[in-house]
Amino acid sequence: MRNRQLYILASLLAVAGLAIFLFKYQTLGFPVRADAETQVWNVEAAVNFEPGPAAVKVTLQIPSLTPGFTVLDESFVSRGFGLSTHNTTNGREAQWAVREADGPQTVYYRALVYRDPAKATEDSTPPFPEIPEFDEASRIAVDGLIAEVRRQSADVASFTSELLRHINNAGSDPYVRLFLSDTSSPTAKAQLATRILAAAQIPARVSHGVFLKEQTGIARTVPLLEVHDGVEWLYFDPVTRAQGWPQDFLVWWRGNGPIGDVDGGVDVDVSLAVQRSVLNSLEVAERRMDSMGSQAFDFSLFSLPITTQAVYSVLVMIPIGALVIVLLRNFIGIKTFGTFMPVLVALAFRETRLLWGIVLFAVIVALGLLIRFYLEKLRLLLVPRLTCVLTVVVILMAGISVLSQKLDIQPGLSIALFPMVIISMTIERMSIVWEERGASEALQEGFGSLVVAAITYLVMGIPWLSHLIFVFPELLLVVLAVTLLTGRYTGYRLLELKRFRSFRKPVEPAGSPP
Amino acid sequence: MSLLARYRSLTESGVLGLNKRNGDYIMRFNPRRLYPLVDDKLKTKQVAIKAGIAVPALYGVIETQHDIRRLGEMVTGHREFVLKPAHGSSGDGIIVVAGRSGSLYRTINGTLLDAEFLDHHLSNAISGQFSLGGIQDTVIVEAMVHFSPHFESLSFQGVPDVRVIVFRGIPVMAMVRLPTRMSHGKANLHQGAVGAGVDIANGTTLGGVMSGEVIDTHPDTGVVIAGLTIPGWDTMLDISARCYELTGMGYIGVDIVLDRDLGPLVLELNARPGLAIQIANQQGLLRRLQICEEAANFEALPAERIAFAKKHFAHPVGPVLEPGDVAGQIG
Repeated sequence: MRNRQLYILASLLAVAGLAIFLFKYQTLGFPVRADAETQVWNVEAAVNFEPGPAAVKVTLQIPSLTPGFTVLDESFVSRGFGLSTHNTTNGREAQWAVREADGPQTVYYRALVYRDPAKATEDSTPPFPEIPEFDEASRIAVDGLIAEVRRQSADVASFTSELLRHINNAGSDPYVRLFLSDTSSPTAKAQLATRILAAAQIPARVSHGVFLKEQTGIARTVPLLEVHDGVEWLYFDPVTRAQGWPQDFLVWWRGNGPIGDVDGGVDVDVSLAVQRSVLNSLEVAERRMDSMGSQAFDFSLFSLPITTQAVYSVLVMIPIGALVIVLLRNFIGIKTFGTFMPVLVALAFRETRLLWGIVLFAVIVALGLLIRFYLEKLRLLLVPRLTCVLTVVVILMAGISVLSQKLDIQPGLSIALFPMVIISMTIERMSIVWEERGASEALQEGFGSLVVAAITYLVMGIPWLSHLIFVFPELLLVVLAVTLLTGRYTGYRLLELKRFRSFRKPVEPAGSPP
Repeated sequence: MSLLARYRSLTESGVLGLNKRNGDYIMRFNPRRLYPLVDDKLKTKQVAIKAGIAVPALYGVIETQHDIRRLGEMVTGHREFVLKPAHGSSGDGIIVVAGRSGSLYRTINGTLLDAEFLDHHLSNAISGQFSLGGIQDTVIVEAMVHFSPHFESLSFQGVPDVRVIVFRGIPVMAMVRLPTRMSHGKANLHQGAVGAGVDIANGTTLGGVMSGEVIDTHPDTGVVIAGLTIPGWDTMLDISARCYELTGMGYIGVDIVLDRDLGPLVLELNARPGLAIQIANQQGLLRRLQICEEAANFEALPAERIAFAKKHFAHPVGPVLEPGDVAGQIG
């Protein structure tokens, strides 16, 4: 009964901890590895122009709906221009305006984007397009083309594909020749396709974007034909006719207009550049949480001041250290002085590093023991004696620090946090065990404590583990669950197998009670 | 043997491990509120006296630093006495004075102590040096046990004692602890005393164990350990069984000494008795505990419970190993 309650409690805790962990990992994108890095791209649009004498207004299309990518951060750079951004039917645009400008001008738009598979091509269903107006000759050509393409296709996808085939054979196609030549740009082809598709009552549009590749530098915009089949958007490369969303394609703007345009300026040149870099995944998660307006970060340990965070990064590891002690004591059976003394010593090792920490511990305890044995002769009362040992321990540590400074040994200075009180108690306990049970037992227990402390230190220092616990403190619930379960472990300890080694498998089956 | 095989063979031998002892027996049958009665040897002594269970005579109690000065007064007329911290564990802090030499006290192993040393020791003990957790303590001044010559050939100085594990009033396992030179005259297996299993049914000793190894003869006296009958065994079983009613605790170790003149005396009770008794008996405790849980009537009178123990726990309970077998395996 008690056990069932325990199992239920433990599994509840474990499930709760793991659920929060998974949510944070999968949905919020917290990284499970400390060194996890996310690829990000800095994309930049620069608008160069020669201003005219009057007021200048620069309009630049900027990314808004970007399937496959999320914009982390964006910035607008200009000198002396007023800036506004607004949403348009085709997306978003930025407007810089200035009453008067002198000499060649450049305004920049920069965005930091990263790949985000979760960012789906969420979009609305467009209305049926208006049939565009053509002159008589063109209309006949368009009707003919539509009739022929329709005959050769079954649905919107095959219609589009077939249409693009005709468009790409502009030179030899009797209908298309009217609108395009062989040397027409892909953009012109895509734009023609949207007009003909509109005439066939199929919603379509052109999107323009850049490919985010490994190499960085000047990027060229590439058109992509988007066609709606009544259910979802289909994507076509207007030249190759390949269907589907191209890899690493960042949509910059949609529509038939140009990327940018300057009112009151000449020699306009818009250039795009892409630069790839990596950001710490945690930072990406944090910025993303910010831009999503999510509270998850505000209620995590990251909301604390940096110094407090540093303390907690140590504190959250203490349960792990204690769990290690549980395992070493209840499953292995190692004896230590004091239950959690090794955890405190392990914490001290963080300051001193392992080897130097062990040396320091051994030296201080040994010297302390010597002094304790001398104090025994003076027959002091218990509490004053403990205080004496404590004082001596502090003096010893100060001495070691000064000495190591003189000898230019760095680690000696880092013992400030060495747990003096704990060491004093250890010395006291050890000297009593020494006197009552002999040196070997005292040394054994002392050595056991040191080994346990070292193991605890090593476990608490595992970088991925401490990162994991700090970023996902809810995993402590899982630690709690495991500890609860270990609390009901009533099997043998490893060292008991040795202790009771003289028991061997019975030769005959055990006699059962009558 | 692989670890797993060892684990399994321990299970089959019914060996009780520390985790199981703590989780399934001590926590279940020893209510925390009753601990003070057992942990405080003075209280144990007082309730034992009230219940008519024989204990070494109480000369006095030292409770405060002030009381230390009254030690001389307490022990006037007694050449021998024992100083024992009421909360001491495993014999820590006990001083046995076996005589005087002028103003000095002579301990059982011949060391001479001056009054100042005793004062210091007492004041340490009162401050809690020997108690678990360093709590304030009291020191019992009691009569020294003149141990029965019966065990003389089997001990090196010190007082041999009998440890009986009593499970809900039923004595389930027993051993004699024989001091050795190595244990400095203390009857403590950790410190190197010899533990010899005892047949519950008739009180005869079985083989001995020292530091986890099986031995046939006492290391200091060379006398064969097995086959010695403990005098007053029935009395010992009787007082151990009655300690259940005395304390209400279901899983205790009763430490009994055999006095030359007074017979068996209860020295102390232990709410967390050690597991070494299993090695001394070459028998697992767990099997016996399970037999009790299956078949025993815990409500019965002490005499009936003893009869149950004698019937079921006559040596051997289940198979035992031949000493040669064990020795060969250890070698």
